[in-house]
Amino acid sequence: MILAVMGLALGIILGIICPVSIPQAYAKLFSVALLASLDSVFGGLRAAAEEKFDNTVFISGFFTNALLAALLVYIGDRLGIDLYYVALLAFGLRIFQNLAIIRRYFLKK
Amino acid sequence: MLSIKQGRYSIAFVCMVLGFMLAVQFRTTQDMKSSVPYQRVDELSERLLQAEKERDALQEEVNKRKNTSGQEAETKALRDLRMLAGTVAVSGQGIVVTIDDSKSASKAGENPNLYLIHDDDLLKVINELRAAGAEAIAINGQRLLSTSEIRCAGPTLSVNNVRSSPPYEILAIGDAKNLENSLKMRGGVAETLKVWGIQMNIKPAEMVQVPAYKGILQFKYAEIAEGDGGQP
Repeated sequence: MILAVMGLALGIILGIICPVSIPQAYAKLFSVALLASLDSVFGGLRAAAEEKFDNTVFISGFFTNALLAALLVYIGDRLGIDLYYVALLAFGLRIFQNLAIIRRYFLKK
Repeated sequence: MLSIKQGRYSIAFVCMVLGFMLAVQFRTTQDMKSSVPYQRVDELSERLLQAEKERDALQEEVNKRKNTSGQEAETKALRDLRMLAGTVAVSGQGIVVTIDDSKSASKAGENPNLYLIHDDDLLKVINELRAAGAEAIAINGQRLLSTSEIRCAGPTLSVNNVRSSPPYEILAIGDAKNLENSLKMRGGVAETLKVWGIQMNIKPAEMVQVPAYKGILQFKYAEIAEGDGGQP
């Protein structure tokens, strides 16, 4: 857990130091990708708590989820379908579900 | 504390990537707020184009006028300037305001000056009339110019260095309704003066004759500044 928090802090520091900025046209895609990764992390934490953690599934899920979400939103944008909200809703729901499960485990210990 | 036995390193790594993304997204959002949105840019450039088009059209009109009717424009400009300067008599719809000192006697211990008309009372009236769009004003037959003074001179009032005593008759040309309302509005000049019993009579008229300035215009010190072609 401490390792995870440290990794997060390190990432934030790196992000602040690096002068990288997303062009505004892609800001929407990036935000969905961010949400997908957030979802993956919570999913991973949940799996770890349930002791069903699989490294390969976790890492691959993290990247494919983020990329697929961004791609979906991109395609939706092109087709005039607001898939943005769909992704937002799906990931948001899952995050809260996972969070609830993690909390239960946390309380049980 | 929730202890993670499996895959702590991969979770840490993923958390790092997540942190990086968070920071970048945070900055992007910050940038977006501080910069002009796309839609606004479009709108502004559209307006700029329109303004430029308008400017070109006006410029063209200016050129055309310069070329064709120079003489005519000159005489019209001259007429306007003379009307503005007050060297010609003008007429039109407007109002006639008569102001006289208070009839009521001052109470004991009260300053009798409060019941008399002063220069600042008249200045207030004039200012109000001008604000309401009066185009020409005269006080007791003296046309108000840009150089006119309104000043207490003992018991009389001096306008254009000509003294006159109450009652004062102010002639103003402009939108009669506007001029009348500007004086009669709540808390306006008429109401304030009425407190002291000063008699004020406001009469809108179809035709008001405002006389020309009778003196001589002389410029002793002022000259047209260099570089100004004297164009109106």
